[in-house]
Amino acid sequence: MDLTNLTIPEIRSALTSRRASAEEIVRAHLVKIEERDREIHAYLTLSPERALAKAREIDHLVASGAPLPPLAGVPIAIKDVILTRGVRTTCASRILDNYIPPYDATAVERLEAAGACLLGKTNCDEFAMGSSTENSGYGPTRNPHDLERVPGGSSGGSAAAVAARLATAALGSDTGGSIRQPAAFCETVGMMGTYGRVSRYGLVAFASSLDHIGPFARTVRDVALVLRTIAGRDPNDSTSADIPVPDYVAALDESVRGLRIGVPGEYFAGLNAEIADNLQKGIDLLARLGCQIKSVRLPHTEYAIACYYIIATAEASSNLARYDGVRYGVRSTGYRDLREMYEKTRNRGFGAEVKRRIMLGTHVLSSGYYDAYYLKAQKVRTLLARDFVQAFEEVDAVVTPTSPIPPFKIGERIDDPLQMYLTDIYTVTADLAGVPGISVPCGRTRSLPHLPVGMQLLGKHFDEASLLCIAHAFEQAGGFAAGS
Amino acid sequence: MSISTAASSAVFAVYEPVIGLEVHIQLLTQSKIFCACSTRFGDPPNSNICPVCLGLPGALPVLNREAVTMALKAALALNCRINPRSRFARKNYFYPDLPKGYQISQYGEPLAEQGALEMDIGGASRSVGITRVHLEEDAGKSLHEGFPDSDEKSYIDLNRSGVPLIEIVSEPDLHSPDEAYQFLTRLKTLMLYLGVSDCNMEEGSLRCDANVSVRRRGAASLGTKTEVKNLNSFRFLQKALTFEIERQIEVLEGGGTIQQETRLWDSREQRTYGMRSKEFAHDYRYFPEPDLLPLLISESWKESIRRSLPELPHLRKARMMREYGLGEQEASQLTGSPALADYFEEVAKASGEARLSANWILGDLMFRLNERRQDITQTPVSAVALAELVSLIAEGTISGKMGKDILAEMFASGQRASQIMAEKGLQQISDAEEVGRVVRQVIAANPKQAEQYRRGKTATLSWLVGQVMKATRGRANPQVVQEALKKELGPSAPA
Ligand SMILES: [Zn+2]
Repeated sequence: MDLTNLTIPEIRSALTSRRASAEEIVRAHLVKIEERDREIHAYLTLSPERALAKAREIDHLVASGAPLPPLAGVPIAIKDVILTRGVRTTCASRILDNYIPPYDATAVERLEAAGACLLGKTNCDEFAMGSSTENSGYGPTRNPHDLERVPGGSSGGSAAAVAARLATAALGSDTGGSIRQPAAFCETVGMMGTYGRVSRYGLVAFASSLDHIGPFARTVRDVALVLRTIAGRDPNDSTSADIPVPDYVAALDESVRGLRIGVPGEYFAGLNAEIADNLQKGIDLLARLGCQIKSVRLPHTEYAIACYYIIATAEASSNLARYDGVRYGVRSTGYRDLREMYEKTRNRGFGAEVKRRIMLGTHVLSSGYYDAYYLKAQKVRTLLARDFVQAFEEVDAVVTPTSPIPPFKIGERIDDPLQMYLTDIYTVTADLAGVPGISVPCGRTRSLPHLPVGMQLLGKHFDEASLLCIAHAFEQAGGFAAGS
Repeated sequence: MSISTAASSAVFAVYEPVIGLEVHIQLLTQSKIFCACSTRFGDPPNSNICPVCLGLPGALPVLNREAVTMALKAALALNCRINPRSRFARKNYFYPDLPKGYQISQYGEPLAEQGALEMDIGGASRSVGITRVHLEEDAGKSLHEGFPDSDEKSYIDLNRSGVPLIEIVSEPDLHSPDEAYQFLTRLKTLMLYLGVSDCNMEEGSLRCDANVSVRRRGAASLGTKTEVKNLNSFRFLQKALTFEIERQIEVLEGGGTIQQETRLWDSREQRTYGMRSKEFAHDYRYFPEPDLLPLLISESWKESIRRSLPELPHLRKARMMREYGLGEQEASQLTGSPALADYFEEVAKASGEARLSANWILGDLMFRLNERRQDITQTPVSAVALAELVSLIAEGTISGKMGKDILAEMFASGQRASQIMAEKGLQQISDAEEVGRVVRQVIAANPKQAEQYRRGKTATLSWLVGQVMKATRGRANPQVVQEALKKELGPSAPA
């Protein structure tokens, strides 16, 4: 039995049947990380003591016959923008190279309380700004399916860790597609709940009104299990919703027959032929499962990227002001006065993409430009959200490609920021509208080297259950291999 | 500044100053505005801090409801319109004692607007407009002095970071440094009544900036204004405004123009300085704070706060004039702080002598407190103790003169008036028989003066009273003495 290949329910049955101990499961993952992560580079920091301590705790519970918490013994990886008490958290930025947080993010706290074993912190684009994990201050992560290619981003490390069996599940963060796009690129399942569904407390802010924490796993059921654990109101996050969390796992087995699924033409116009092909096969499968496929309109989609890069950078320029070298993080040496301390610290500490976004964001908020950029973008955001509300009057979910292109080669797009930004074209809309989204594998491209393709499902506010239900039916019907 | 007083009054006839104040008031909440840390003043540096007020990565603000309640009290007492929906915004700027690199404040959508503060200026009632009242967090404190390595390092204390403030902005309705002083005093009194702030300028819980301009009297438009900062005492406010107004007039009289700028009051040099414009050329890049939901004030919340407002100063003054028969001046002084008004009412009720209580509080008690640089909340003489003294005087058990001495002793020893009298044998002699005995002795010993009186030299009477007082070491009741003397001496008539 390969302990790194188990799903969450399989881990549970291995523990309760005493076929494996939690410690063995954690150690198997640590060994695999040792073997494979040199080439993949999914992890930035490992926390074996913390994972093993939790595993032993679980093994004591097993031995004593006590009931096991829902994620008992599940080895989990955490994106390095999510805080872990006592475990270095860098946000993949040199400016936080030495930063050890004094507290855990709410999501991390809830995972550990549910018995999960925290293996370590995963690589990402610096401060989650990017779509390929190439913007990490610690070097890129490689796609486990093709080491020459990117794993997507910004949560590339988490997606790659789950794909390569270096963790059973992982947490990522999604601001413009940073969970769904790498999930698609690495052939895993990645989900972002409704804005407010999962507490952001302890998530290092990139763009506060768009940031989400969400899970990666290899099955829809595992994703549902992790989401159920981390979802729900948190008094430490004013924007977390006080809306009851339904049992996502129970929802998996509901019937999808008769559910109405919308296909927005705006997401398919001019789409890469191979991806379009896979998506069509996926949609056909949904139809065969009894879903009603309907055409819908999301007319403001074309403005989404521009809107997103204004709002996200505006908020980022403010959120990243605290990294000034005064209280924590790396302060550059050789300054003569306060201004020079700021300038040297931030100039040396931040990478090129982060600086680019801080400058963009500072510009769109500055007096004389605010109305033309930020205020206009907020209006467009309202229109985009209204598009979804109107579409959801007719359908229960919307299906789209996750990414306009398959995983690209490392270095291929890094010098063309605009091309890089356009890879988020199908994912930013859900962040702007605050609706939930999931990406599931949808076969591989027909041509060599047969790269993973992702299918995205978007749902109504706080209706994660329907998305999980559809994704699960799709998975059970062999949809993950559709088109290959 | 070279303008002489005489010249100054001449130009003041030509120019009218226009002043608006921006007042920051620290709210008296137990905890900070966005976290649970204590707001206590004077704790060791960086002891009341947490991830939120330290601006650590990943921390998020959660609004303290108590701060909103207090801000609403202030806004309602200032007759403001409360916005049912207001929003927090980020004011972005870099400073080492601003941990997040932005201050959470309210900008485009403040908590309350369009209020007024009623005040008496020169005997006339005037309404000074309140533009807005909004909530915000305080920054930390940079310590540039007092450490062995202060020449090369600055220290930061973040205890104050996140302490709740309200900013109250007045309309430019004030027309002299004195009016500005009156306004600020009035505002402070109001806040003390509401119990929302201690308004302690030394501890920084009341801070004031002023927008100042001058225009020719009768002109419709406003002149170019300057913003004067660093007015951290009531005295500085008046001095700085006077200086700034005279400076602006002098510039205009010299044919110059006023630069719109921020100027700092330098209390050592007794003048304002323009800050280099670069230092203050801030673009704060305000935008709505995405970490907080819009602040919604329901009609019922607002009304329950309105009902909970205490008796406000002008109403209390009117009631005290009516209920205790006080004069306008006395009532005004006694309602200057809620603590003083409470003290007065307690003394008045316990002694049953309102006017006398007022005289003693505003006279000797305040004199002795001022001498010790204390206010009424620090008085060593409790209201009950003062009421006892007032009663003793009212009954005639002791004279006013004795009362003064006893009060001094009460201040010094903390003893009650009755204790002090017993120890020192200070009982006043009012008994007619006892007084009569001394009076007869004095007349017998001074036949010449007695005779002068009888022949019509009435002024001699007070000399004789003095002799009786002397003989009783001041303990005799002077009124009783006078009557006894008249009775014993018989009529005074010119021969
Ligand atoms: Zn705090």
